[in-house]
Amino acid sequence: MNADNINSGRVQKAPENFLTPTGIKEVFAEGKKGRRDFIRNAFAAAAAGAAAPMAMAQGNPVPVEGGDPNILNLPEHTVGLGQGVAAEGYGKPSKFEANLQRRQSPGLTQTTQASVSFAPLQSLFGIVTPSGLHFERHHQGWWDIDPSKHRFMINGMVKKNMVFTMDEIMRLPSVSRFAFIECGANTATEWGNVAVPTVQYTHGMISCSEFTGVPLITLLQMAGADLKNGKFVLAEGGDGSSMTRTIPMSLITSGEVIVAYGQNGEMLRPENGYPLRLVVPGVQGVSWVKYLRRVEVGDKPYAAKDEAIHYMDLQPDGTHRQYTNLQEVKSVVTTPSGGQVLLDKGFYNITGLAWSGKGKIKRVDVSTDGGRNWRQARLETPVLSKALSRFNIDWVWDGKPAIIQSRAQMTRAMCNPLTNSCAQCAARDRSITTTRSSRGWCRKTVR
Amino acid sequence: MSRFRNALLTLALLAAAGVVAAQSNTFPGIGRAATPSEVAKWDIDVRPDFKGLPAGSGSVAKGQDVWEAKCAHCHGVFGESNEVFSPLIGGTTAEDIKKGRVANLMRSDYPGRTTMMKVSSVSTLWDYINRAMPWTNPKTLSTEEVYAVTAFMLNMANIVPDNYVLSDKNIAEVQARMPNRNGMSTAHAMWPGNELSGVKNPDTANKICMKDCTPEAKVASFLPDFARNAHGNLQEQNRNVGPQRGADTTKPEPKAGMLVAAAAPVAAAKPEINEAKAAIALLNKHSCTACHGVDKKIVGPGFNEIAKKQAGKTDYILSKVKAGGVGVYGQIPMPPQSLPGADAKQIAEWISKGASK
Repeated sequence: MNADNINSGRVQKAPENFLTPTGIKEVFAEGKKGRRDFIRNAFAAAAAGAAAPMAMAQGNPVPVEGGDPNILNLPEHTVGLGQGVAAEGYGKPSKFEANLQRRQSPGLTQTTQASVSFAPLQSLFGIVTPSGLHFERHHQGWWDIDPSKHRFMINGMVKKNMVFTMDEIMRLPSVSRFAFIECGANTATEWGNVAVPTVQYTHGMISCSEFTGVPLITLLQMAGADLKNGKFVLAEGGDGSSMTRTIPMSLITSGEVIVAYGQNGEMLRPENGYPLRLVVPGVQGVSWVKYLRRVEVGDKPYAAKDEAIHYMDLQPDGTHRQYTNLQEVKSVVTTPSGGQVLLDKGFYNITGLAWSGKGKIKRVDVSTDGGRNWRQARLETPVLSKALSRFNIDWVWDGKPAIIQSRAQMTRAMCNPLTNSCAQCAARDRSITTTRSSRGWCRKTVR
Repeated sequence: MSRFRNALLTLALLAAAGVVAAQSNTFPGIGRAATPSEVAKWDIDVRPDFKGLPAGSGSVAKGQDVWEAKCAHCHGVFGESNEVFSPLIGGTTAEDIKKGRVANLMRSDYPGRTTMMKVSSVSTLWDYINRAMPWTNPKTLSTEEVYAVTAFMLNMANIVPDNYVLSDKNIAEVQARMPNRNGMSTAHAMWPGNELSGVKNPDTANKICMKDCTPEAKVASFLPDFARNAHGNLQEQNRNVGPQRGADTTKPEPKAGMLVAAAAPVAAAKPEINEAKAAIALLNKHSCTACHGVDKKIVGPGFNEIAKKQAGKTDYILSKVKAGGVGVYGQIPMPPQSLPGADAKQIAEWISKGASK
């Protein structure tokens, strides 16, 4: 690459300079053929592009006056007195960060109470999702429940049916662990044709937090649960829909399932189940029952509404796979990603997330040429089982169209987007996915 | 202190190993026995083998009355509506009832999948109606009404005859006629435990290829131009500082290779409109938003539509909220609403001023 091409300090004054040399050549070539409209359109687009660029010129040139006014003229915050402590009793993000919001996908649902909002993955760092940006999925609206009135009950195949107050649950020995929670429908918008513009809407039904609470097994043992014959536990919410799901006892006895009240160092947010929710690492979010009011130990699965009507996987032969609760391995490039515009040619850090409901991410590869060649990305620490993992890889953009994809591995299997279509990877083998370009499309088989 | 921690650690290890050593005396003073009436009030789940199903019965005829009063405005008179939720009834045949497999589930061209096409266990219908319906007033149906509504749905799907009375005594017969009763499989690797007779391996396996893996890349699908701005302006959905910005999707996509001016200064957030916020909070509180969207029709008109038509007419809007109405925006009636007068007035004022967000 020519060093001139990666100069990021270009001064842009005349409209002509809004086009790259190749763009100008193209315009001239087209002009020779007499396509005046093409030229007009090209300049019109360039002018309009002042706000809607394909590639923006970063403005950090040295101005003629010999220095950056942001350096030469000391700003107000350097020469004045700042605000006092506790001006905000609960601090908020900078006012300049207002674009980061969880958002609905228009037309996805008719109501806002049985709906979903997506986390802005394209603007997040690391592996922890800020609690206020955690994706939402409600089946019948959310509530802010008085914790002093919330009760948790255990019944079924137990020696003693029991009830607990929040005070009592919070007195018990607690554990904290990072875990991702992913909606069972996350990334399904990628199965057909591209319909949504950004990674927020394709992959944003996932979040990762540090959860704190009591292992469910501790509470079951206090009630004298029959762990041998009681192979299934029904978890039930205390809200209007009183969501229920069947949880495997083997996962509970492993100690991983937590009756949680803490999220990222504070109590759960109301939208995320305040004051009590189930945490079932590696399993679809719908099993992480919010406003948890009861668990019941039984010897058979329960075929709840979200186990016998929804959250099932239809197969080509017309059968449904039932109780497909596990979230297997996936990855996604979060920047650069769909709907984003790079500032200029030159160096970029490609970054993204990988996760598996079966354990730790072992490796992530990234391709910038549509899947022909792959490079292994750096996995940032910590790499935790059943939590989001962050990957990064260096990239120098030459300004030409590029397709950026990632693939992740946890065990031996791996999805090559060029021998499996995205839909095949996603539908047939959720242990291997996800490929996604920088602009929002999904690849299909080439041959 | 460290000894105490070790003791807890041991407990945790015992717990993790699934040893039933810890009884309630391990944590004295924590938790108490639930009383029978407490358990009875909350233990409402019904399993596919009908464990948990309360005794009782309800007729198709009674179910039709309940349906029309409490269910039809969301689900349609015949359970066919997709206006608010996915359709409930349709797509099943007499042949399906015989075989226990819904043939239309094998068709990729069939235009939808209804609840009755998918559900394999009648207990699931009973349980969900009982726990979660009607949507804005869950757990208000009597046991007879739950049996009756279930019976009416089964009747609409031709599973039971018009004169049927569904009860705890005959529900197993109905189960034997459920159209998709044989349509479920647990032979997969997706159950996160060892309790079901699944399979160990995932469906596919691939080898890692790093170099020259494929010929020229071909993109199967692009976001159509008309959808470019369908999710709002992406420029306003990306951080305004860092290596990239969101594209301004209010304008067409520029041609490749064109550069434009550097980023504009970062704009701060717009101040919140408190009046709108308060009104919308009231709409949520009184479940108005179950039927009306702020800027879209659901069952009833969107508030923006009312605002357009009835601009400035606070009193008229208020009277309609209190008395209900039909025919102005469609044929689905709105029942009279019993929210406090002050709240109704605040809402009516907000609508009459334009129903801003």
